[in-house]
Amino acid sequence: MKTSKKKVKNEARRDFLKQSSVLSALVLSPGQAVKDPDWDEKVAAPFEKVALKLEVNGVKHTLQVEPRTTLLDLLREQLHLTGTKKGCDFGQCGACTVHSNGERINSCLTLALTEDGRKITTIEGIAKGDDLHPMQEAFIKHDGFQCGYCTPGQIMSGIACIREGHADTEDEIREYMSGNICRCGAYPTIVDAIMEVKKGGQTV
Amino acid sequence: MKNKDEMIGGRMSRVDAVLKVTGGATYFAEYEVPNLVYGVLVPSTITKGRIKNIDTKKAENAPGVLAVLTHLNAPKVPAYEAKEASKTSSGRGPGLMAFHNADVHFNGQPIALVVADTFERATYAASLVKADYQEEKHQTELKANLAKGNVPSTNKSLQDYQRGEKDAYKTAPVNLEEEYVLPTEVHNPMELHGILAQWDGPDRITVYAKTQGVKMTQQVIADTFKLPKENVQVHSQFVGGAFGMSLRVWPHEIATILAAKKVNRPVKLVITRNEMFTIAGYRPHTHQKVGIGATKEGKILGISHWAHVQNSNYEEFTEATVAMTKFMYQIPNVNTTYRVVPLDICSPVPMRGPGEATGAFALESAIDELSYALNMDPIELRLLNYPEKDPERDLPWSSNYVRDAYQMGADKIGWSSRSNTPKSKMEDGMWVGYGMATGTFGAHRRPATARACMNGDGTLLVQSAASDIGPGTGTAIVQIAAEVMGIPAAKIRFDLGESNLPDAPIQGGSATVASVGSAVHDACLELRQKLVELSGNALKNAKVETLVYEDGKISSPKDRSASISYAEVLKRNNLPKLEVTKESKLEEEQQKKFAMYSFSVHFVKVHVHPATGVVKVKHAVALADAGTIVNRKTASSQMMGGAVGGIGMALTEEAIIDHRFGRYVNNNFADYHVPVNADVPDIDVLFVDKKDPYTNPMGSKGLGEIAIIGMAPAIANAVYNATGKRVRELPITPDKLI
Repeated sequence: MKTSKKKVKNEARRDFLKQSSVLSALVLSPGQAVKDPDWDEKVAAPFEKVALKLEVNGVKHTLQVEPRTTLLDLLREQLHLTGTKKGCDFGQCGACTVHSNGERINSCLTLALTEDGRKITTIEGIAKGDDLHPMQEAFIKHDGFQCGYCTPGQIMSGIACIREGHADTEDEIREYMSGNICRCGAYPTIVDAIMEVKKGGQTV
Repeated sequence: MKNKDEMIGGRMSRVDAVLKVTGGATYFAEYEVPNLVYGVLVPSTITKGRIKNIDTKKAENAPGVLAVLTHLNAPKVPAYEAKEASKTSSGRGPGLMAFHNADVHFNGQPIALVVADTFERATYAASLVKADYQEEKHQTELKANLAKGNVPSTNKSLQDYQRGEKDAYKTAPVNLEEEYVLPTEVHNPMELHGILAQWDGPDRITVYAKTQGVKMTQQVIADTFKLPKENVQVHSQFVGGAFGMSLRVWPHEIATILAAKKVNRPVKLVITRNEMFTIAGYRPHTHQKVGIGATKEGKILGISHWAHVQNSNYEEFTEATVAMTKFMYQIPNVNTTYRVVPLDICSPVPMRGPGEATGAFALESAIDELSYALNMDPIELRLLNYPEKDPERDLPWSSNYVRDAYQMGADKIGWSSRSNTPKSKMEDGMWVGYGMATGTFGAHRRPATARACMNGDGTLLVQSAASDIGPGTGTAIVQIAAEVMGIPAAKIRFDLGESNLPDAPIQGGSATVASVGSAVHDACLELRQKLVELSGNALKNAKVETLVYEDGKISSPKDRSASISYAEVLKRNNLPKLEVTKESKLEEEQQKKFAMYSFSVHFVKVHVHPATGVVKVKHAVALADAGTIVNRKTASSQMMGGAVGGIGMALTEEAIIDHRFGRYVNNNFADYHVPVNADVPDIDVLFVDKKDPYTNPMGSKGLGEIAIIGMAPAIANAVYNATGKRVRELPITPDKLI
């Protein structure tokens, strides 16, 4: 029920924006606005951004974003945090995995606005200065990648996998890492890397 | 002291590893370019015909839209005007003249490119473009069109081949004839394809590309727009996998360059995962037939191999599907036939182990079938028919240790516990099967140029326009330079992926280390020599052959005081730096003297669930006879990755077209199954690791292709061993086993 209420409210807001902006547009240039067949879309567009507060890798952002913008596109195209990758845009490959309040999510399946007030951690935020995160170190040591494109997602997922308690055996890691596709086929060394971090016992 | 891991044969971690694990590696779509706008493609909804009308008005009026590019308003492309698209740059050009005319050649062909100020707005506006078509009847089904197969006109090596008597297998005491079908497979690297293009003036273009060859892309764009090569700059430092799909320039890349011209701003296009299936190539659906016959003792008398290969209707693509059959075994009578079948689909493009991976599925399955017909161990059958020299060209092998690889693999997988009777072993309630197969690919080396520059501080800069789509090219190159110069890896930088660097070939056909590595080797050798010559009396006339190069110094082992650092040499000669640029290639004579091939052998153990038919690869051993292994760590990953690709090929991958509409129905990762972590067992990688005396200065042979070639038939053979069911149409899905 809550959802439908929200929807009604948003539609009302959109209508209001359209009407009010149409009024001001008519005042400014009545002739042109009326001729344009899509004038309502055009004039409403600038008002279609919504405020969003987000903490990304410890940095607080106050943003204005379109409701249809995904967290992934916000990170990559607006915040220029391109370490998080787009591999499918459908939640099928895991390349876009980030942490939201410490838990792994597919940022491509997450509308940015739904993360309002949350803390996002991306691959750029896990090392401490020049000191790499143990998972990053382990990926290098075991060569858990080739082209490197799925790697940020694998590392973010690998960390979450340990936090969730899903890294006790190799088979368990295989299962819980199966949402992250690696087309170069580095799976065996990814498992080795996660197993090593898990066994090392460090807090991840 | 030399750090062994940094030398040839070491296990050095990747030179770009830190960038890759921190998100610092910049792929084409990640360059920050001022005034950047976004392109989104509109696909055709018919498979064959012409665009009658295209309504772009709504899209043009949508918020943020700057232009909607179609065939009606696209800037002219000089090469298209001259109808040279399919001829440009030896088939590496766009081929299809998208946005040039109203023709539709396949479903999903781009018919419009919407450019807007944000990705979201471009995506929405693209949904508003509507087209009417004059539709024609299409043909997308290979099986229904086999009779239309043509002899390839562009590839001499794929003309009909005959050695000895034709179809001699038919009269052999033991013979069989079977058909083997491979479905369409799609490269699907994790990074989506696309390009970021900008015009720096009326006749200057800069692109950030996803390419396996910056020089290739530069040449194609220059040819297409009829510009001098130096007016085109291509940047491609990191490529998120490609597996062959980026060995050419695709029509949508040219379209993006056109859009950038139209809006006079940089345009970025990143295609969707769905479009990765429809507009950027694939491994072609192939029907094969193999006839093979032998004596009762297992001596193969004759083999015939036919292949019909899916193709587009606007250009010709060929790959060496039947090549391996001509030389892998000592067979007196061989004939092969290769036909291309034009259909209303996008063109194929080489995919890892192009041709050979497909051909090996047929050949190595047939060999396995023959072994059961003879009641012989399949390894024994292969050994019995091992060719002492290349039977196709009657040349000695430059090196061939495939027999060693058979033994090493058999030991590792536990071949002795295999039963020669199918469906006779169970373990944990599963049918158990063992299988193996061989793979091969030419050990190519192409001309390449490298620059080696010794800086005043003793650091070394090495440059060549190579690509690194993932195998670890940069790492191997640094090791080669470290070995020759005796400089720690940390003091060596290798620049690649820029079109203004010295010439390097495309990263395809497993030839990068052999080509670029040789150029780097030779450039460093000459640089070292020059530094020795400039060392004055510091080496106290020690003989050049006795000098050692270590820790950035040249020294004489006999006299400890006879030593000088490279930095000191430059300093004494008042040189800020010393540079050598050198081209390197294999002498033609050498190529005529030896048959140069890499070989792989794959062993697998599978479990098959008796009720559900689900196949699980339990253990795999991947072996490579690839000469000197430059980096054992990255090479191991490469072999492992190929084996994983082979698991997909054997068990899950199949791009399916609904022929009523000519459209893919499973063009996404949820429906087209590439292997995931849970599909992949422990994979042991073993190298024969014996230097090839003739291929190149390092003695290496290519690795990328052989890593996958033979894995799929090894699995199919293991499944037969487990279940007694021979699956000749990949993938081996459960429905085919129950």
